[in-house]
Amino acid sequence: MPKKPVNSRVVSMSLGVGLAVGLYGTSFGALSVASGLTVWQTQVLSLFMFSGGSQFAIIGVLGASGPAGIVPAIISAWLLGIRNGFYALRLNSVLSISGVVKLLAAQLTIDESNAVSASQETEEDSKLGFWLTGAAVFVFWNSFTLLGALLGSVLGKPETWGLDAAAAAAFLGLVWPRLKNLQSNLIALMAVLLTLLLVPALPSGIPVIVAAPIAVAAMYGLKRTPMRRFLEVNHDA
Amino acid sequence: MPSYWIAILVGSIAVYSWKILGYVLPKKVANNREVVVFAGKLTIALLAALTGVETFVSGQALVLDSRLAALGVAALLYWRKAPFIVAVAVAAAVAALLRHFLGWA
Repeated sequence: MPKKPVNSRVVSMSLGVGLAVGLYGTSFGALSVASGLTVWQTQVLSLFMFSGGSQFAIIGVLGASGPAGIVPAIISAWLLGIRNGFYALRLNSVLSISGVVKLLAAQLTIDESNAVSASQETEEDSKLGFWLTGAAVFVFWNSFTLLGALLGSVLGKPETWGLDAAAAAAFLGLVWPRLKNLQSNLIALMAVLLTLLLVPALPSGIPVIVAAPIAVAAMYGLKRTPMRRFLEVNHDA
Repeated sequence: MPSYWIAILVGSIAVYSWKILGYVLPKKVANNREVVVFAGKLTIALLAALTGVETFVSGQALVLDSRLAALGVAALLYWRKAPFIVAVAVAAAVAALLRHFLGWA
């Protein structure tokens, strides 16, 4: 028996999360091909961008706008990636790593690896949870992306299979767990309404990146009004 | 599309820039709660806006079609705590069936 046995609870949690998240790589792969990207381009996104929200955003905008949407597609993906930066700040204090290992850790810094790591009680488990979940999601997400992309490329017209509706459902699924109080709901509602209001007026892809920051700013504005007491009953997301 | 490679590569670098930034900034920044809360709010706004676009927009026009019905079913499933992959697959099936059997847009 080794002196410090690996915590098998952390191992099974990491692999379980990895497999569950990886599975929906299938929907990403199929949607990406339906949006006009090649199988190879789709795979490169999962390997290099490796952040679900940003990946869905970039293919969503490219699918809707074509080559004209390149700049808003990049900006949407970039803005959605901001939260990974905050996970990285947290993980940097936990992982005690340096140099090249940081480059690798950065690539594996996503919602799930941070969440599993953050839910552990000891520092040892926190590190293990990060690396194992990050690696498991990476392997499964990429494998299922390939499967989905290959499936998507033989399916034909995406609307026939409801793949456009699947894209809407995918974004709803990404935002759903974050809608846990009145403030979050109001921000989401304002963002949707403002975006739809701007759609006829602005080139496609732009309304999202304009409306989202305004919705957040409006929430900070609301907090300065008599609405404040009402909003503060609900703690921050 | 060859021009998509630009979006893919620049986009990947852009997303990575946040990830690596967190590992090079001084550790005390990690304790600034305001910044963390702001990032959370922005993420919600972006994902909600994208949900709206994927549901109601076609080109530059607002439309009501099978996607809204499919999204409603997906919402019901998320509310009942169904897994992501199940809700997404069912939403696709709902839209496909409405189009095939009822001729919805």
